[in-house]
Amino acid sequence: MYTQGLDQKPEGDVIPLAQDKGEQERRFQERVDAEEKIEPRDWMPEGYRRTLVRQISQHAHSEIVGMLPEGNWITRAPSLRRKVALLAKVQDEGGHGLYLYSAAETLGVSRDELVRQLLTGKAKYSSIFNYPTLTWADIGAIGWLVDGAAIMNQVPLCRCSYGPYARAMVRICREESFHQRQGYEIMLTLAKGTAEQKRMAQDALNRWWWPSLMMFGPNDEHSAHSAQNMAWKIKRFSNDELRQRFVDATVPQADYLGLTVPDPELRFNAETGHYEFGAIDWSEFEQVLKGNGPCNRERLEARREAWDEGAWVREAALAHAKKREARAMKKAG
Amino acid sequence: MARNEWPLFEVFIRPKNGLSHKHVGSLHAADPRMALENARDVYTRRGEGVSIWVVPAAAISASEPGDKESFFEPADDKVYRHPTFYDIPDDVKNI
Repeated sequence: MYTQGLDQKPEGDVIPLAQDKGEQERRFQERVDAEEKIEPRDWMPEGYRRTLVRQISQHAHSEIVGMLPEGNWITRAPSLRRKVALLAKVQDEGGHGLYLYSAAETLGVSRDELVRQLLTGKAKYSSIFNYPTLTWADIGAIGWLVDGAAIMNQVPLCRCSYGPYARAMVRICREESFHQRQGYEIMLTLAKGTAEQKRMAQDALNRWWWPSLMMFGPNDEHSAHSAQNMAWKIKRFSNDELRQRFVDATVPQADYLGLTVPDPELRFNAETGHYEFGAIDWSEFEQVLKGNGPCNRERLEARREAWDEGAWVREAALAHAKKREARAMKKAG
Repeated sequence: MARNEWPLFEVFIRPKNGLSHKHVGSLHAADPRMALENARDVYTRRGEGVSIWVVPAAAISASEPGDKESFFEPADDKVYRHPTFYDIPDDVKNI
């Protein structure tokens, strides 16, 4: 699963395309241009480090918060087959969050600080997870659309210039494809089921379609970091390019399900070979991002509760480890 | 590192019998045993390994990227360490 938060303008932190490069920065750019990977202890421009910490940690937070809307349905999955699949998927999201936190930590930021940024609301996570999962069909739609959009976004990140991030993304992408397939299978089962089940599937598509398109971030002309991130090879394709690819791949899949994409302006352009689609309502996106989405408060409260209620476990484990170490020292001593 | 943060461990996995352990990432744990169990859950959910090493990150000594030239370049001009440096007529076989 994945975050679109990456392109948001953090107030007062717009990174201009570097003009006056020093010698170190010129050499750094040459390495990037030559497709060399940058590793944690290599010299890197401060802006590159800052951008990566923000992007990787937002991505990690999205994986962790992304466990909540789906975890909500584990106990109510309609069969054991669906339950084990959903459980494994949610566990994967947790794992993906951990790979990514580790990658962010290689840039010199501590795990506790990253968690603090999430819990205080300083760090963003993907706004897609601030929508509620109202019916079982939503679990199908999330796997198919949200994970589908995530894959579209993440595959190019496997070639990101920063080594630890690229390597984490390779692992994540390898695991992600099962997520999308299990989602589509749920949609297919519902779409071929009773009239009521088909209605559920259509309703889920109606609610998740536009938020999924928004996952790719603002249109290119409004994307704050694109040019510099492209030059640094953190980003390989623009938001609009990736969004177009997603629409092109997904509309035929909706057709196969016999469901209707909720966009009256959607049509196939035989000349370009691409689907044309309607304008996105960015005011809704802005609202959800600002914390006014249907579930923003609930999601953060769930994370805070988990963190606070786990505090005694974290402390006890550390105290136990120290005691055992002291005992072993004494014995050896 | 924050005062109460669990220490960082680097994780190495042997993907299958006959191959050497390879670095796969890192994680936090209170002690080595917990690090092993967490590494099992985080890094081998799909049979990625048959053996795991966890090493406290603080115990690793690493070469400095800035020293790369002085550290590794002396090997570059020692072409006589490679078999192609030596002239052997084509007629001589099995060498």
